[in-house]
Amino acid sequence: MVLQILAFGIAKDIFGARQINFVVPSQCTVETMKDLLEERFPALKRLATYAVAINEVYAVPAQYLQEKDEVAIIPPVSGG
Amino acid sequence: MNHISIRDTDLKLDDCYQFIAAPDAGGIDIFVGTVRNKSLGKTAVKLEFEAYEKMAISEIAKIIEEARSNWDLINVFVAHRTGTVEVMGIAVIIGVSSMHRAAAFEACRFIIDNLKQTVPIWKKEFFDDGAHWVSAHP
Repeated sequence: MVLQILAFGIAKDIFGARQINFVVPSQCTVETMKDLLEERFPALKRLATYAVAINEVYAVPAQYLQEKDEVAIIPPVSGG
Repeated sequence: MNHISIRDTDLKLDDCYQFIAAPDAGGIDIFVGTVRNKSLGKTAVKLEFEAYEKMAISEIAKIIEEARSNWDLINVFVAHRTGTVEVMGIAVIIGVSSMHRAAAFEACRFIIDNLKQTVPIWKKEFFDDGAHWVSAHP
């Protein structure tokens, strides 16, 4: 399936875009998606950490993704 | 009442005060986060803020809900900037009104401390010799 992944902050710089289309297996967890993303964008591994949000809520690694989900890469936040 | 906003125009202290002032309030606490001219020993010239707006608003709402479960609060105001904020400019305003000052002080600090931990907002710091996303790398 194809996920539309939003990127913010430094993740946007790493992807070179605010949003990318990314192909993952049909049964795909957040953890697997992160591994696949890191293969294509090794700079992600140099971040202090990064989270994934699904439909505007922080996701856990074992959570399964659906094609219609709004997926976002959340690098370390630094508001305030 | 709660007010949450994320905007790319100047934040006004008076908007906060007007929103949180209440007849039954005995204390009002306002935290203002501003842009300073030094960071990492270098001269900073401005910050740029980016937000995942819808999620930022829902995460701020969760923090306010938790604060309200810990303290007896009347009104809560949270406003955060996006876009460019120059030195001395206001990046964030947190305002809390309560019957007594202890709750207002503690809740205000709780909200800003948690905002910095969980709310999807990012700042890019611009120095006279370059720029970086704050906290991105170890």
